[in-house]
Amino acid sequence: MDYSQFLTMGSELMLLVVFLIVFLFDTFGGAKAREYTSPLALICFSVMTVAMWLLPTNGGEAFSGMYYTSGIITVIKTILNLGVILVILQSVKWIDSEEAKIRRGEFYELMMVTLFGMYFMISARHFLLFIIGLECASLPLAAMVAFNKNQYESHEAAVKYIFTAVFSSAILLLGLSFVYALSGTGSLYFSDLATQVASGENSMLLVLAIAFVIAGFGFKLSLVPFHLWTADTYQGAPTSVTAYLSVISKGSASFAFLVVLAQVFGAAYSQVWEWMLYGLIIITITIGNLFAIRQKNMKRFMAFSSVSQAGYIMLGIISANVIGMTSMVFYILVYIFSNLGAFAVISAIENKTGKIGMDDYNGLHKTNPWLSFAMTLAMFSLAGIPPFAGFFSKILIFNGALESGSVALYVLVLIALINTIISLYYYLLVVKAMWISPEEPVVGEFRSSCYERLGMWLCIAGIVGLGIVSWFYTYIYDASMLDATTFFANLI
Amino acid sequence: MDMTLPLLILVLPITMFLILGLCGMKMSHKLAGTLGTIGMGITAILAYTVAFTYFFSGNPDFVTAEGVRQQFEVFNYDWLAFTPTLIVQLGFLLDPISALMLVVITTISFFVHLYSLGYMHGEKGFQRYYAFLSLFTFSMLGLVVATNIFQMYIFWELVGVSSYLLIGFFYTLPSAVAASKKAFIVTRFADLGFLIGILLLSFFTDTFNFVELTSNPGTTISTLSAGGTFMGCSVVTWALCLIFMGGMGKSAMMPLHIWLPDAMEGPTPVSALIHAATMVVAGVYLIARMFPVYCLDEASMDFIVIIGAITAFYAAVVACAQIDIKRVLAFSTISQIAFMMVSIGAARPELHEGLGYMSGMFHLFTHAMFKALLFLGAGALIHAVHSNNYTDMGGLRKYMPITHWTFLIGCLAIAGIPPFSGFFSKDEMLTAMYDNSMFLGVWMTMVAGLTAFYMFRLYYMIFWWEENPHYKDHKPHDSSWTMSLPLIILAVVSCVSGFIPFGHFVTWNGEPYDIHLKMSVAITSIVVAVVAIALATVLYRKKNDVPAKMANSVKWLWTAANRRFYWDEIYMFVTHKIIFNIICKSIAWFDRHIIDGTMDMFAKVTQKVSYAIRGLQSGSIQTYVLWYFAGAILLGLVVWMMVI
Repeated sequence: MDYSQFLTMGSELMLLVVFLIVFLFDTFGGAKAREYTSPLALICFSVMTVAMWLLPTNGGEAFSGMYYTSGIITVIKTILNLGVILVILQSVKWIDSEEAKIRRGEFYELMMVTLFGMYFMISARHFLLFIIGLECASLPLAAMVAFNKNQYESHEAAVKYIFTAVFSSAILLLGLSFVYALSGTGSLYFSDLATQVASGENSMLLVLAIAFVIAGFGFKLSLVPFHLWTADTYQGAPTSVTAYLSVISKGSASFAFLVVLAQVFGAAYSQVWEWMLYGLIIITITIGNLFAIRQKNMKRFMAFSSVSQAGYIMLGIISANVIGMTSMVFYILVYIFSNLGAFAVISAIENKTGKIGMDDYNGLHKTNPWLSFAMTLAMFSLAGIPPFAGFFSKILIFNGALESGSVALYVLVLIALINTIISLYYYLLVVKAMWISPEEPVVGEFRSSCYERLGMWLCIAGIVGLGIVSWFYTYIYDASMLDATTFFANLI
Repeated sequence: MDMTLPLLILVLPITMFLILGLCGMKMSHKLAGTLGTIGMGITAILAYTVAFTYFFSGNPDFVTAEGVRQQFEVFNYDWLAFTPTLIVQLGFLLDPISALMLVVITTISFFVHLYSLGYMHGEKGFQRYYAFLSLFTFSMLGLVVATNIFQMYIFWELVGVSSYLLIGFFYTLPSAVAASKKAFIVTRFADLGFLIGILLLSFFTDTFNFVELTSNPGTTISTLSAGGTFMGCSVVTWALCLIFMGGMGKSAMMPLHIWLPDAMEGPTPVSALIHAATMVVAGVYLIARMFPVYCLDEASMDFIVIIGAITAFYAAVVACAQIDIKRVLAFSTISQIAFMMVSIGAARPELHEGLGYMSGMFHLFTHAMFKALLFLGAGALIHAVHSNNYTDMGGLRKYMPITHWTFLIGCLAIAGIPPFSGFFSKDEMLTAMYDNSMFLGVWMTMVAGLTAFYMFRLYYMIFWWEENPHYKDHKPHDSSWTMSLPLIILAVVSCVSGFIPFGHFVTWNGEPYDIHLKMSVAITSIVVAVVAIALATVLYRKKNDVPAKMANSVKWLWTAANRRFYWDEIYMFVTHKIIFNIICKSIAWFDRHIIDGTMDMFAKVTQKVSYAIRGLQSGSIQTYVLWYFAGAILLGLVVWMMVI
């Protein structure tokens, strides 16, 4: 065996090294040194992110094509890293609290293990490796959700999460076994299965298989009707974990979803999964919005907001072209900054006062103008108000869907647009509570920790800068153009 | 050329804006003012360096071996690449007129910064004022260096916003608020035409880029002509006239001039900056920028000339009957800007190598200097006597010698008396107009005569006439050095800048030529100016009742001119009585009942559905999994049915 193949997996290896550093430090460091686990994890991880982005990407395959990497794949991994950095920044305060600090190291280790799984989910080109990556990304998350182990809600959230996760894996595997049976070649390579899908006709079994695969992914992305766990889990989990679930887990799954659909089932696009996604997108965006309107708890509110945002991300997949892929990656990038900006404020307030109701935000600008400012920008960006990044990411993802020129997708974009108006309503409810509500402020004046402030400023910079500085989009576009044929060769 | 300096010219003012805007409240007045002034001073030095390099370095990028000046894109960055053909770029274009404007804008802006240290001393919101000044300068600089018409439009709007903020600086004053609103709405209305013009132009030519548009104007015109005609005019004329409409708004051409006189509610240094040197010449600059395209379309050139000639005359007449000294200067500005418009509109490449273009830009330069001088002088007067009306002044020459002499130089320059700068530029403009048509030349000479008359009327009323009795209680005096120094420097510039061999620097196609006085035109204009000044001297040097009698004998004319020929009333009638009452009310009804009704219905339905389906989220995991499975099966079945 040629061991130099491992070098292709540069990003995974680096992550492994960071994981080991944190793990060893946490295990053998002693009680005094453990105080510094958070900054250590943060610094190591940031260094790794920069290195991953700057080091030249050795694109290509490893292990006879089980593993694949390229420019755009490094880009999406780097984007996920950015999100993880932001999550770490906002969780330091919580993880250093009396209740959680004894398990401080575990939190970072679990987080990196899940990220490791996500890397493999994105890079796998063989279903065995893929499933390992998927489970590796799913199961530790249950432990993270149950992290506040003295709290009842945290347990409930974890149980709901793990049951649904297991069920969704079962459905996904069932779907995959159908495909495996159809092919009859005994191979689980994406490329082999794709040839099989292309040569055979769209039988009942294949359609069901695709439906099950989509349902399996639907769990991770919280597409309606596979989203029902989302609200309960988001609400019960520690806020940092909720943030992690809503952006990192979702972002990685979206990209892996695109890979599987385009590279394995590409031949069935126009007849089968385009329509499945079509229906799912419409009900996901709409139902997500309809539920978000009624929420009074900020975390539940963000849960439904993220359900509806997932629908918009799917628009990048359904367009099935390079522009769609580029704008999806860009959307994920912007979504990470906007959503984590909102979560940064939520967790800062929760850490200080324990309040997470929307009514608790009344008159916030009087006591905490900067927090209100950050939250407002995040809400504007999520709602897609120009000139913030969310506006550009929405425009670009619509642009990707319109690129194909099919009338059905025009209608879809129209429906998505109408839903944007509904979403504007509930995002602005938060803004209204903070700035306009005449009630006396509930949350007193306080100063966030330096980590939290750094995280918020990064989010604000991202929300303001990403859209206006078009370099980011062009950078992603160039990277995805290089890989266009690999991704969309099978597409019909 | 290295792109650091040009980039800094833009970055510095916007940084100043951010610093002063965000941290200004924590600074003392003195620190904020000094910081803003120094920042502007450095920007000015940078701009001078860039302009000097462009004109004198002899770099083949800037000038060919034959001495023809070139257009050079220092950088041009793809900002928003929507599609391969629709790209919005941001860049820095260096050519004779943009280099000229860099010098003019930064010079005036620096002097205004310096002057305001004294003038705005102790005002509430001093830091905010400096922040806005920086923002305005940034927008204006971005406008002149735009490499494409879309970038110009973006900065054009920024200029509009920042001028809105500056005019309405005294936001507790209802008149200032109304004036800023008026300025914004009128120019914004004009920009609507501008935008449609840009869309028309770029739709047919597939580009926003100035260099591409103007280097082959023939191609631009012919691709535009493919659009056919609309309402009797070709698309070429439509596009060019609509773009000119944007210029009409910013440069206060009739009938969109109504905002400028009211905009005098802003602080006086702001008037000097915005209404003398920078924002109001944006329209002239726009036409100059697109000149190679414009000059191929006779119809739009004629349109420019007609609008300009009428405006110039109208504003000059109104200026004769104003009492507020800033209003006189405002109408004088309208008239002079129209002069430049006519000059560029009358220019043709075949007539004296486009003399009108060169002289229009020349006048833009000289006018910026002496008009800023006059405005700043007016500011000093207002500062001293605390009133805008010359009826509260009179006999001030003894009390304020510096202001008096510099103001006199400004008046002589604008009246066109040699050797002051205005004479040279005005003479070239008149030559170009006589070349175009005899009638135009005579008409504009008459306007020049009126200009000399009303300026000296103003001068005598302020500095001679009769002393105001209040001087005994409160003796007016010259201002501090921060206010006097800009006056003196600008006065010196107004004395000497006429001798610049302008034809060597700015011509329509970059080819340099010598300019020389045409004796017949020069003598005519001097005679007209001298006669007008003499008339003003006789009438206004000492207090007498002849002017009042004359005004009474043609009372209707005087009142009409004093009321600016009722333009504001006409606008008020049209907007309030016709548009608001008849059109808007019915639309408002439709909006309130039909549109709001529909929306309310949507909202109600949304709420109802949202309430009805809340049971889906029951909290029981068995239900969740059931839904999950049902969803997966259903997804497969429905699509299977569809495929079959």
